[in-house]
Amino acid sequence: MHITKAPESFDVIIVGSGAGGGMATKILSEAGLKVAVVEAGPYFDPKDPVTQTQLKWPYESPRRGASTDFRHFGEMDMAYGGWSLKGEPYTKKNGTEFNWFRSRMLGGRTNHWGRISLRFGERDFKHKSYDGLGEDWPISYEDVKPYYDKVDKLIGVFGTKENLPNEPDGFFLPPPKPRLHELYYIKGAKKANIPVIPSRLSILTKKINEDRGVCFYCSQCNRSCSVYADFSAGSCLIFPAQKNGGQISLYTDAMVREVVVDDKGRAKGVVYIDKKTRQEHQLNATVVVLAASACSSARILLNSKSTYHKNGLGNSSGLIGKYLHDSTGAGRSAFVPAMMNRKTYNEDGVGGMHVYSPWWGDHSKLDFPRGYHTEVWGGFGMPSYGFGFNPNSLNEHIGAEVGGYGEPLREDVKKFYGSVIGIVGRGECIAREDNYCEIDPNVVDEWGIPVLRFNYTWSDHERLQAKHMHESFEEIFDGMGAVVLGSKPGKEQDYGLTKPGEIIHEVGTTRMGDDPKTSVTNSMMRLHDVDNVYVVDGGPFVSQADKNPTWTILALAWRTCDHIVNELKKQNL
Amino acid sequence: MNRRETIKSLLLGSMAAGLTLQGCAPNPAEEPPVTTGKLQVYGRTPEEIAYDEKLLEETYFNEHELSTIAVLCDLILPANDQFGAATDAGVVDFIAFIVKDMPAKKIPLRGGLMWLDNFATKSYGKQFIACSIDEQKAICDQIAYPNKTAAELKQGEKFFSEMRNLTLTGYYTSKMGIEDLGYKGNTPNVWDGVPEDVLQKHGLAYDEAWIAKCVDQSKRADIATWDDQGNLLS
Repeated sequence: MHITKAPESFDVIIVGSGAGGGMATKILSEAGLKVAVVEAGPYFDPKDPVTQTQLKWPYESPRRGASTDFRHFGEMDMAYGGWSLKGEPYTKKNGTEFNWFRSRMLGGRTNHWGRISLRFGERDFKHKSYDGLGEDWPISYEDVKPYYDKVDKLIGVFGTKENLPNEPDGFFLPPPKPRLHELYYIKGAKKANIPVIPSRLSILTKKINEDRGVCFYCSQCNRSCSVYADFSAGSCLIFPAQKNGGQISLYTDAMVREVVVDDKGRAKGVVYIDKKTRQEHQLNATVVVLAASACSSARILLNSKSTYHKNGLGNSSGLIGKYLHDSTGAGRSAFVPAMMNRKTYNEDGVGGMHVYSPWWGDHSKLDFPRGYHTEVWGGFGMPSYGFGFNPNSLNEHIGAEVGGYGEPLREDVKKFYGSVIGIVGRGECIAREDNYCEIDPNVVDEWGIPVLRFNYTWSDHERLQAKHMHESFEEIFDGMGAVVLGSKPGKEQDYGLTKPGEIIHEVGTTRMGDDPKTSVTNSMMRLHDVDNVYVVDGGPFVSQADKNPTWTILALAWRTCDHIVNELKKQNL
Repeated sequence: MNRRETIKSLLLGSMAAGLTLQGCAPNPAEEPPVTTGKLQVYGRTPEEIAYDEKLLEETYFNEHELSTIAVLCDLILPANDQFGAATDAGVVDFIAFIVKDMPAKKIPLRGGLMWLDNFATKSYGKQFIACSIDEQKAICDQIAYPNKTAAELKQGEKFFSEMRNLTLTGYYTSKMGIEDLGYKGNTPNVWDGVPEDVLQKHGLAYDEAWIAKCVDQSKRADIATWDDQGNLLS
């Protein structure tokens, strides 16, 4: 293989088109810069009827919505990919586990995510100062606040001003009213003395501009909204930037292998593989912005070895890939006898919960250091593959017969439809140097690119938090008069803690800091070692909070792009 | 690009973004994929279409197996005076497809069907579909209730449970089954809270302070504006 033509040249190359890459595309192109966006998957626009799954019925598919190797979250879900990708393996080390969710398409995982859009709070940036664990960020909430404000207004997020500690308010659209199962949740949580507030989701309950529609309550944000009423990087960032006349060259099905450097060790551009022709190409630029996701960006940097950067680009600290951490998770469901035999009506609502509980605990009285929030699910969902399995197993709780056949099954299915509620917890784990991804010395993917190898374990900080989650779930369920299903997982099951990676909030692999010996990027998310390479995905996160990372990725990416524009204006790059 | 060009484009961009610069047009959508017509269009990628069409071309169950599945499906979910039986809702086609899509189900289902015929032959001297309805029901009665199955018939129970699951999921994901169930969603609408009679039935009420913060659906088309403190003005 060889480089087939002279490299095209840009001001900035952006690798990846999800939250961070989408924001970089918008801000940098609208500043007038000529940008290349290099995405490893195909082009995707949620409004294209050819690829649209929103408002499809299960019977339009022969498998009725079941998951496939192409889409692990169900064939109607708008994330191409999942825990494994054909031809692109990853490996694990020392008998540990890490599940890595990748989606190859324009907009990446923003096309299907839960739209839970929470700001990190003051304490979240300085947690070590409170409990001595992990590391403080080199920046504080005040540094990011102006950008959170701008993201709120640009993209739109519903929520309510609550003045809670460490749960900053923003510029909110009004939230939707709770559904019936959420009123039961509120009732249960109140009895358990657990706070509940309206959710904060980036879904438009109100118009914010002429380019995007308003939510029509189909509950299918995971299918990516055809009227752009939810946040996806394509619909909210990249397409508007194109419409605004930005000089944007999109390279799709283009898998970046490495950042290449000039004879001074500064970045010159990137080399990518065109997946359709299997040929490699080079693009050159003044600045390279990596936004390929925390682990993919780490992989690109580690694979960018040169005379100047023998351990990979920007890796003089040896810390690229280290401090990888995902949110913790646990979940439980319960049967609410009072919700049997419900009158049906359309309660689809928005995609995701209308109410949630931000973290409420006092760590001085708890045996684990960091918090979690809870999310609730339930209601009359659209049937999909799996609906009707074990149709009357709940009969055991009301003294009726389980199993059988014939007309009674119909009655049982209707009797229990909409009577099960679930709660999940999503919490913060402590970032550790010995949780990491690295290059597997023995394995390449089908593009010839060395793959990642993961090493990840939970500690008691996370296990005991999961234990507390289950205790909270049970208290809330008790408070709503529900019958908790399943048994409380014990110590040997890590108290029900999800496997690392499964919450898909992986961050930390190129963490920021003021000291080049203990961090990979500086507080502007620029590599300490190379002044024209930035990372704007979850990689620079010093710590995950008990909040989903996307809103912070967006705010930090915007902040970094403002900095890049200023540096270019000052001719510092 | 050299620095001078970069600065030029920055200056030009700040003055004229959206006016003079030539932007790349959005990539045109790829041509709609060509299908053989057996598969409905439901947002598939070319790779997915090729995979599904390959599955649709394959045959797994033989005629006798399909006939037995049909009889079992309709025992599990017979017609009533309002809705058809499982076979009327296309459940046999669904099961025939799903075993090809989920190969791990192939042997358990094929073997389970044979188990059923073996048991019918031992009991009544004929295959399951040749049995009378009463005889078929007498067989089902022995394997349809997980808490009551004789130890030596557990394999039959396992098979029956799988058939019941697939029959019900096939039925309730069909157009008929969704109507039967009463699912009312998957259509554009405006959610404005739980109906009053439902709230009353459950002894629940909306908290007034909470509802005051919720969306006023009559203003959903008004563009949002805020004051400096983040209070919504529109």
